[in-house]
Amino acid sequence: MAAISVARSSCGLINGLKVSLRSVTRVKYGAVSATVPQTSLHRSCRWYSVSHLSVKERIDQKRQAALQGGGQQRIEAQHKRGKLTARERVQLLLDPESFVETDMFVEHRCADFGMEQDRNKFPGDSVVTGRGRINGRLVYVFSQDFTVFGGSLSGAHAQKICKIMDQAMTVGAPVIGLNDSGGARIQEGVESLAGYADIFLRNVMASGVIPQISLIMGPCAGGAVYSPALTDFTFMVKDTSYLFITGPDVVKSVTNEDVTQEELGGAKTHTTVSGVAHRAFENDIEALLNLREFFNFLPLSNQDPAVTFALIELITNPLLFCLISHSFFSDRLVPSLDNIVPLESTKAYDMLDIIHAIVDERDFFEIMPNYAKNIVVGFARMNGRTVGIVGNQPKVASGCLDINSSVKGARFVRFCDAFNIPIITFVDVPGFLPGTAQEYGGIIRHGAKLLFAFAEATVPKITIITRKAYGGAYDVMSSKHLRGDVNYAWPTAEVAVMGAKGAVQIIFRGKENQAEAEAEYVEKFANPFPAAVRGFVDDIIEPATTRKKICQDLEVLASKKQVNPWKKHANIPL
Amino acid sequence: MAAHSVPSTLKRLLFAVKYSPLQSRCCAVQREAQYSTISIPSEKTFDKILIANRGEIACRVIKTCKKMGIQTVAVHSDVDSSAVHVKMADEAVCVGSAPTSKSYLNMDAIMDAIRVTGAQAVHPGYGFLSENKEFAKRLAAEGVAFIGPDTHAIQAMGDKIESKLIAKAAKVNTIPGFDGVVKTAEEAVKIAQEIGYPVMIKASAGGGGKGMRIAWNDEETREGFRFSSQEAASSFGDDRLLIEKYIDNPRHIEIQVLADKHGNALWLNERECSIQRRNQKVVEEAPSTFLDPVTRRAMGEQAVQLAKAVQYSSAGTVEFLVDSKKNFYFLEMNTRLQVEHPITECITGLDLVEQMIRVAKGYQLQHTQDDIPINGWAIECRVYAEDPYKSFGLPSIGRLSQYQEPLDLDKVRVDSGIQEGSDISIYYDPMISKLITYGATRAEALGRMEDALDNYVIRGVTHNIPLLREIITHPRFVSGHISTNFLPEVYPDGFKGHQLEADAKRELLASAAVLYIAAELRSAKQFVLFRVASTPVECSHWELCVELGEERQDVEISKSGTVEMDGAKVEVWGALNLASPLLPLTINGTQRMLQCLSRDAAGVIVLQYLGTLFKVRVLSKLAAELNSYMPEKVSEDTSSILRSPMPGTVVAVSVKPGDTVAEGQEICVIEAMKMQNSLTAVKQAKVTGDEKLPFNRKKPLAAPGSGRGGAICHDWLGVSSKQDNDTLWKRAKD
Repeated sequence: MAAISVARSSCGLINGLKVSLRSVTRVKYGAVSATVPQTSLHRSCRWYSVSHLSVKERIDQKRQAALQGGGQQRIEAQHKRGKLTARERVQLLLDPESFVETDMFVEHRCADFGMEQDRNKFPGDSVVTGRGRINGRLVYVFSQDFTVFGGSLSGAHAQKICKIMDQAMTVGAPVIGLNDSGGARIQEGVESLAGYADIFLRNVMASGVIPQISLIMGPCAGGAVYSPALTDFTFMVKDTSYLFITGPDVVKSVTNEDVTQEELGGAKTHTTVSGVAHRAFENDIEALLNLREFFNFLPLSNQDPAVTFALIELITNPLLFCLISHSFFSDRLVPSLDNIVPLESTKAYDMLDIIHAIVDERDFFEIMPNYAKNIVVGFARMNGRTVGIVGNQPKVASGCLDINSSVKGARFVRFCDAFNIPIITFVDVPGFLPGTAQEYGGIIRHGAKLLFAFAEATVPKITIITRKAYGGAYDVMSSKHLRGDVNYAWPTAEVAVMGAKGAVQIIFRGKENQAEAEAEYVEKFANPFPAAVRGFVDDIIEPATTRKKICQDLEVLASKKQVNPWKKHANIPL
Repeated sequence: MAAHSVPSTLKRLLFAVKYSPLQSRCCAVQREAQYSTISIPSEKTFDKILIANRGEIACRVIKTCKKMGIQTVAVHSDVDSSAVHVKMADEAVCVGSAPTSKSYLNMDAIMDAIRVTGAQAVHPGYGFLSENKEFAKRLAAEGVAFIGPDTHAIQAMGDKIESKLIAKAAKVNTIPGFDGVVKTAEEAVKIAQEIGYPVMIKASAGGGGKGMRIAWNDEETREGFRFSSQEAASSFGDDRLLIEKYIDNPRHIEIQVLADKHGNALWLNERECSIQRRNQKVVEEAPSTFLDPVTRRAMGEQAVQLAKAVQYSSAGTVEFLVDSKKNFYFLEMNTRLQVEHPITECITGLDLVEQMIRVAKGYQLQHTQDDIPINGWAIECRVYAEDPYKSFGLPSIGRLSQYQEPLDLDKVRVDSGIQEGSDISIYYDPMISKLITYGATRAEALGRMEDALDNYVIRGVTHNIPLLREIITHPRFVSGHISTNFLPEVYPDGFKGHQLEADAKRELLASAAVLYIAAELRSAKQFVLFRVASTPVECSHWELCVELGEERQDVEISKSGTVEMDGAKVEVWGALNLASPLLPLTINGTQRMLQCLSRDAAGVIVLQYLGTLFKVRVLSKLAAELNSYMPEKVSEDTSSILRSPMPGTVVAVSVKPGDTVAEGQEICVIEAMKMQNSLTAVKQAKVTGDEKLPFNRKKPLAAPGSGRGGAICHDWLGVSSKQDNDTLWKRAKD
């Protein structure tokens, strides 16, 4: 079994490299390194052994060489593709002058196919690693260097990544990977495969301990894709990044499908169709700047509380720039919410309007905005404190839960729970999406994931039912029964097994006066009282006061302690 | 009494620090009306009044009713059920569905509402049923008072042709023109030729400037006839037209009159309403800079003569056109409360709604002509949900995601019927509010208006504040040298927003840079103590690059708030609160209120500066350098799509599949907010579309919840040939 999967993944890796080779032949170095005749092995010798340079000079030379990566020509080629170099990316991502590099002198150890020649050795190999700061907060970073062997992964490359990941685990700080790699380094064979596995293992071990973020900024194919897939968030750059197991050529030869790289694994595909990537950005610069912004929402590790920003105001005066803290208007009323829910229960509204109006500074970092749009997830702040927000989106498919939205929601909820981020849930859900496509696709086990995630979460959970909370979906959406800490209903809330029409057809089957029965049902159930009298919602609140209430509750729940029974790990229905 | 209730004597809330950021601007400041707030308690009028209107005017009437201790009943359509006027009123009755013909014009339902609630009187506001003699008659038959003039006055003045005859008889100056019913386009042309071009064509029954078209030749007369007669039929159910001499370079000045049922009538001075677009008023002021006391008196006396001639009672307005030699001609009389009545209230101190209610009850006027003062100067700007960059304003729709009126400023009155969260829909007038400022002098009132516009926060819909601010600061307007052609003359190529001069541009870029630094510094400031110490880079000096359009500017900022660029220094002081949409800054010693509309991680900051929105991009020097490697992304080609400039209803399609349309040929007609607009092809193309249109006619084009105007007419018309297939919307000439 394991052997099969290794074989499969190695096949993928090779295909990955094919892709990289195809794209690098234009700059003519992949071919050179691979076709050097064996005889040259004896003739080549290390340049520094014949030149009589002092150690200090050699150090300087190596450092200079490392900074140059694959050389000026390849840097220019990288720029021409609209991509930045590995070092430029790190510089832009981190605070100025905060980058501390490790393993600048590491070189690959391959001696086959002429790889041992000096001209095929690049100090630092095809990845830049180290640590730095984003807005003062510690982060470990690796950035693959496409200018060196197409960013292909050698044993040394993997070793460098593993080193910073290990250190990130010991100190408890996030790891950000900037991926731009053609795949495994074929010349190294199984060593590079081992390298991948080493990284995968660390990704898995670090999962839930430190936040891991991948930003795909170039090709990422074959087995390499599993590292981003294991991390918490995968972001992509539009038009220049690709993620796939096998490239278009192999797809063509195996399944006879004609597909372009972009269609197969471009940013659009992964952010709208497959749900592999969480967001895509226009170019390298926008991606890195957004990543900085995103990083502000995350704690450094599972040992840290959710990040709280100082609510500051900047005063500039003739003497000094100074920052003073003041209220974020936590008790601000939001009158616009009082009439946001339409009177007709069939009419849609935009859940994002509610979210933007409630959170600090209307600042909401949405995760997967274009995938499974019937659920909205993302990060925001309430009174400066990071919160995770989950909301049904009535604008898309009435906000019902289906396979994709359940999985999207579940993964997000589990991330928040792992990293102590309180979860605020806005509920307007008519139920699970019916139909053969959903049933055959396994809505039962996928829907269970969201239920599982909400139920096991021990972070503060606040739920607001804005309108419909029907059927099993009511239970799923962070209900009181799943240990919701504070559950509110707006006056427009309807908590029931189903909508009036369907319910009446069952309860009063055959009864003549259906309209009257329906009116009776609406009178009884289409309001928040049935849930409120049973204590399933804690209060019925005026929508305008929602922000104020949430801010107060979060204040109180900050010290919440809840422990699940001891277990090796739970068995979420994957 | 009036003299004692001048606005300046009103007690007003004063804020210790004008721009105090700590003061929550989110809570509504108690608004105060700029008119008499005292009513005579002994005067018994009505117990309960129904207001047959919506929006700001309904709210305005309810306020006075509350002051007078009268119960109020609001009527509303189903979509308006949570509107402000409904919340303000003591009772509310739903009178039908969203289209006005089914709700606010639905007389049967409104009569029912009157019976059910037991209202003794009806205030019709403006528009809708305010000048509908049928409605007034039905009320009279039920013994319910109509707060407005008698039926015969409405009838006499409501008909443009008859009103001119009466005016002539009352020795009021009138414009040469044709008083009659026009049946065909050719007849219209003949009449126009007799009068001599230019001529004006409009529906006889239509009020205000709506549906008014100006023709300079036979062709335009035919077109104007066609549109006006269609509009007359659809909006008023009365297809009679009026054609008359059009006065070039005129000023639109109107006299407010107030009359009682005992034969007394007063003129309450003038309002200058010359700033118009498409013959609809945008900025009004009282008094006019143009009138001398002699002309004012002459106009006022003629207005009163006319009012007396038709035994007018209640408040009314006599509109005049005034030419450059101060000759004035009677235009029409509006037998209702005008939109722009607040500026008259500001300078006279009278509460016109209160006076209307008193008069309707049969009381005599409390004032004589000598009691009517001109105290100071008042300006009104009509704030519309419309895009001023398209023909000085095409309606837009959306939800007001954020909304703050500048009520904490002194001597500012805002008449509005909406609040944060309200929807601006395609069914009703796109007016957001009337913003009124006043002061002892015109300059003072204008200065306040500038501040008020800068402090007005409107998000979620496109609005015309950029245009309003440009108008009131334009040298020609400030000097008072205006006419009804002001906008087309000042902006012959259309409104393009505020044009930045070098100094102003530097101020804008500096402000954006300071805001960027504020956000950066804030990001590096966290409250919680972490296991791993946070070590932000201590910086006292930043190097940035600011981009505005194609221009790039290197900028250096020091901790003292000094921004250096291009060898010049800009000092930016202020308290920046990133949670507030308002950015009060002192730039080089001048107080400026900027607004921040959006700010994203990639450095794009949208600022409202001097009324106009500017998209600025701020990047660190490093990011700016690297940005040169980023490829330019080409936006999608949309040239084969015919885009409607606003949401509306398709009322006519003029082409068939297979037709070849020539440049300028009409493709379809869109009706929005009671205006008909034709969509035309700009270049020659062939219609290839399906015969079945993907929408039903008479159904709104706008998708619910679409944030902005500009619903897509799709490319069902397929105005597509391979090369030049641009189609562009062109406004029907009017």
